[in-house]
Amino acid sequence: MSMKQLKVDNLFHKYGIVEVLNNISLSVSSGQTLALVGPSGCGKSTLLHIIAGLLTHSEGHLEQPFEQLACMFQSPRLLPWKTALDNIALGLKARKISRLERQQRAIELAGQLGLTRDDLDKYPHELSGGMQSRVALARALLVSPELLLLDEPFSALDIGLKLELYQLLRRHVEEHGTTVIMITHDLMEAVRLADSILMMAPEPGRILAEFPMAQPHALRDDNWIYRTSVELMQQPLVRLGFQLDGVGINHEDMPQPVAHGGCAP
Amino acid sequence: MFNYFLRSLSATLSYLWSGWGAIASLLLFCAAWELAGLYYGSLILPGPVETLKQLGTLFDQGELLPELLISARRALYGLLLALAAGTFLGMLAGFSVTASILSRPLVTLFLGMPPIAWLVLAMLWFGLGDATPVFTVFIACLPIVFAGAMQGTRTLDNQLKAVADVYGLPPLMRLTDVYLPHLASYVFPAWITALGTSWKVVVMAELLSSSDGVGAALAVTRAQLDTSGTLAWVVAVLAALLATEYLLLEPIKRHVERWRQEENA
Ligand SMILES: Nc1ncnc2c1ncn2[C@@H]1O[C@H](COP(=O)(O)OP(=O)(O)OP(=O)(O)O)[C@@H](O)[C@H]1O
Ligand SMILES: [Mg+2]
Repeated sequence: MSMKQLKVDNLFHKYGIVEVLNNISLSVSSGQTLALVGPSGCGKSTLLHIIAGLLTHSEGHLEQPFEQLACMFQSPRLLPWKTALDNIALGLKARKISRLERQQRAIELAGQLGLTRDDLDKYPHELSGGMQSRVALARALLVSPELLLLDEPFSALDIGLKLELYQLLRRHVEEHGTTVIMITHDLMEAVRLADSILMMAPEPGRILAEFPMAQPHALRDDNWIYRTSVELMQQPLVRLGFQLDGVGINHEDMPQPVAHGGCAP
Repeated sequence: MFNYFLRSLSATLSYLWSGWGAIASLLLFCAAWELAGLYYGSLILPGPVETLKQLGTLFDQGELLPELLISARRALYGLLLALAAGTFLGMLAGFSVTASILSRPLVTLFLGMPPIAWLVLAMLWFGLGDATPVFTVFIACLPIVFAGAMQGTRTLDNQLKAVADVYGLPPLMRLTDVYLPHLASYVFPAWITALGTSWKVVVMAELLSSSDGVGAALAVTRAQLDTSGTLAWVVAVLAALLATEYLLLEPIKRHVERWRQEENA
């Protein structure tokens, strides 16, 4: 297998006259996972859409050599007139795989994602938010893409499900040699899953720093993940990117959170 | 599969159940009609019972069905032409911003044009044959269907188009799996409105321009000052309309739109 590499060089993007991406350069080799982190509105989704070929950038160069790609959008974007099962199998239907086979494969994968056979017969509006996002993730994974683009894939899930799906994603990536670009707001998630983390900053969206994660995935236990995340949080560039030292927001003026009295009467 | 069966069964039952409400309100209307008939006397307003008797006589004399069939055929030809042309042209117009901006005032114009004006023109152009009612029905239904199809096409979701792009849906599948289901939810209501319009217009057109059909029969009863005959024909027309709408179109609509949130149950 030849090594393919996705490359973005000095890329700019404008919506109208507003510049949202400024001089972005990055590269991902096949089999690698890149995490994009950064504050809301810094252009992460825009960059992902450009890489997916859904948006044409204003300036710069994009080399995207992967043929099969799948994208999980920030909102689930399920087809409301298809059941969960048919939504998951969409990509296989586009590849003219027989109904029986694509449904079997969809059911199997959905099971691994914790969706029951009952859920699969429902229409999207009958599913909870977390189920919808798992259906969207299954739809992306089922086509076994060479390049997998994930926009905050786990943000609607509870912690137990997240941990399960992290494992599932890692297994899938290792089995298929998938190249992944994922957006997340959760630094620990990035530390756990990525081979490299890109820190972005807003106005205009640009890359502040790149943090390679050299630790082999097999050796990333919880301890290492906590430690590394904390170390990252102490990096000046990360604090700057997330405006942790109160640029813009004055934390002293924030009201103290009110203690929650519990839900029972 | 069993699940699916249960769902369709419960959908059918709830549809039938909703029929009781409709029947009750119709019966209430008949009661009011009966009261008014008692008040004004049967020469001016024959009650529902008398009207139904008259209807039975018409049926026994073998007048009712042939005349209804003639009108139905004309309405159907005009309607089918309007559905085909209106849906196709409306979709075309919807795909182009310019075309939809250009056609909006035309739609308003055509919708505002009273069918009687078209009828007079049609009589001048086509004489007293079948073509006159068929054309009048066609031209009266066309803007309704056109507007529905254009609206449906204009509101196609860009987010879902992006999904179709990313998962490489071939053109035909885009049409059947993404565009048409969305379009149907706009086009079906328009089709049902057009059906009602076609019936009304065909009767009016026949009244003035034909020697057969329900409209012509109404012209005869009018000339003979036969109120109960007139009402009998009116009831026949309404019954035919209600039957096609509730026994044919509404179930189709429900089946096609079973993915919708039940907000108007
Ligand atoms: N279609 C659009 N037209 C104009 N401006 C847009 C459009 N989409 C996004 N923007 C702007 O581009 C900027 C970046 O948006 P983007 O969605 O890429 O942010 P993001 O990093 O994904 O944020 P979040 O973490 O909240 O999802 C924002 O300022 C947004 O207002
Ligand atoms: Mg985003």
